[in-house]
Amino acid sequence: MENATMNRAMFKRRLGKTAKYTMLLILALIIIFPFVLGLWTSFLPSMDIAKGALWSSHLSLNNYVAAFTQTKILQYLLNSLIISTLVMFAHVFFCSLGAYAFVFLKFKYRDQLFYAVLATMMLPFEAEVIPNFVTVKCLGLLNHYSVMVIPFLTSAFGIFMLRQAFLQIPRDLKEAADVDGLNHWQFYWRVTLPYAKISLFTLAAYSFLGSWNQYLWPMLTTFSDHLRPVQDGLRQLQSEETFNDWDMIQASAAIVVIPTLIVLFIGQHYFKSGLNEGAVK
Amino acid sequence: MGIELQGITKTYDSKQAPVLSDINAEIQDGELFVIVGPSGCGKSTLLRMIAGIIPISAGVLKINGQVMNGVSPKDRNLSMVFQSYALYPFLTVADNVAFGLKARKMAPAEIEQRVNDALSMVDLTEYRDRKPRALSGGQRQRVALARAIASDSKICLMDEPLSNLDAQLRVQMRAEIRELQRKLNLTLIYVTHDQTEAMTMADHVMVLHDQQVQQIASPLTIYNQPANSFVAQFFGTPQINLLTANTAGTQASPRLTMTNELQLDLDKPLAAGTYTVGIRPNALSCRPVADDDGNATVINVETLGDQTIIEAVLDDDTEVRIVEAGQVHVALAQRVLVTALGPAFIFDETDTLIAEKRGLQDARVVAVN
Repeated sequence: MENATMNRAMFKRRLGKTAKYTMLLILALIIIFPFVLGLWTSFLPSMDIAKGALWSSHLSLNNYVAAFTQTKILQYLLNSLIISTLVMFAHVFFCSLGAYAFVFLKFKYRDQLFYAVLATMMLPFEAEVIPNFVTVKCLGLLNHYSVMVIPFLTSAFGIFMLRQAFLQIPRDLKEAADVDGLNHWQFYWRVTLPYAKISLFTLAAYSFLGSWNQYLWPMLTTFSDHLRPVQDGLRQLQSEETFNDWDMIQASAAIVVIPTLIVLFIGQHYFKSGLNEGAVK
Repeated sequence: MGIELQGITKTYDSKQAPVLSDINAEIQDGELFVIVGPSGCGKSTLLRMIAGIIPISAGVLKINGQVMNGVSPKDRNLSMVFQSYALYPFLTVADNVAFGLKARKMAPAEIEQRVNDALSMVDLTEYRDRKPRALSGGQRQRVALARAIASDSKICLMDEPLSNLDAQLRVQMRAEIRELQRKLNLTLIYVTHDQTEAMTMADHVMVLHDQQVQQIASPLTIYNQPANSFVAQFFGTPQINLLTANTAGTQASPRLTMTNELQLDLDKPLAAGTYTVGIRPNALSCRPVADDDGNATVINVETLGDQTIIEAVLDDDTEVRIVEAGQVHVALAQRVLVTALGPAFIFDETDTLIAEKRGLQDARVVAVN
């Protein structure tokens, strides 16, 4: 009798779990399908794609070879790498300084200023494009690496995110540091940054990807191939040809995605929780 | 020399009442000075003002004869242990201890030496390469202590350092801190809300309550001569019994009556009036009587093995606590006759101690003699 009840409870629990995971699996498949399809077609010749013969046996790396040899994808990759890396470091540095001030310094109108920073997040990027374009044009920055870096040196979201992270730092640590005689710069460098390491890596990954995926702004402000970042380069591949080499475009797209995956893969290693346990109590 | 507090006052908002007002004290070199009081009495605020973490609103703070108001914390040359330990989670134990020394730009060889000494003093040498998260609560506490030991300052401030530990560890650490303080000849200012810690550790105790100093004295003086009823209530477990009493008759009289059969004869007569009498639980005695007799009813009995704590309600609805030595068997709801054995404190209407009666605390002592 007891056994039967127990078995029934066990069965119910198993059933619930199975249903949950089946659901998750289906959702995951739906989400991942376009990516798999894209990757798959990047190995197929153009003819097969055009015919819709997806179950082709003509799989090869030819498209990748073609992408590297016939297009300027390496140049695009290099451009994007330079721009994204600069933007990433700038974000981490300037946002953390800004956030530090909002958390650890006391000054008049501090909170109001912070809300003003937050308010800028309300404005969509598209609304800023025209004034920004006029500004960089007046500065004579058009068609240059700097035009893709300078307007993006800091971000309201980054300041907001790091402020929240810095608020988690126990006040006692600041007081202990005061007694130890650390000045603000030392406390920022030796305590705040290591303590908020996880958030800094998260912001770095986010900024890098954000910059890597920029499309509209570089398209407006750069005119030569040797400056274009990858996303605009991809677009270029498509329109330059009268007949679209879908196979090669797919291969290029796959190449462009790879750095994204690497960043996420390295990043998630740091998203482990519990790194800061043991500071207090 | 030592530390002098002269009229220290803290006000956060000029429109509000001060959180601490007119604190005066003198702390001698090499003594363990405990600041004790209920939570919210401003004891941590006072400690942070001494450390220089928060500014002093009014009054003068002197360390070794020099005025310290406005001097930055690091130049006050003191160390501090926090209730939460305030360890750097991303540094190893050894680096945590060395952190402050590095910030003060001490020579690496000396830092190494000091860290080793401090760690061996708190028995953490083998844990030196661990991160705080891999340590138990007691060990983290020791790291915080080691940090204070390693600094060369002779003044150490501790803010409820033991309140996150379990009871047994707390007793052990209490003794260890006391021993370290003596060995290093530290001037230690120790903040706690725990009267036992204050009693067992202190050379001198400052009792804070209502933004003010209630009494500064040695632990035994505080226990034997509490300046007012608050201090009497705060020290001693179980809590002292505070009873309202009237003088007998309309003229000055040495006899005080609380309830009918609970009365007290003083050595000197008191002016006629109403007083508060404090009697420690071990200075009351109770004897079981028949159901319609006596002056109180037992409502709770706690047996601790070596003593028995009896809670009873007097017929005028005041609760009293009585401690009897040994294991006494009393039933709940039993009628008892509560009598005073002798020693008591008399407080006037401003709750200030005006008279005390000494005497035997326990009738059984007489029997032994």
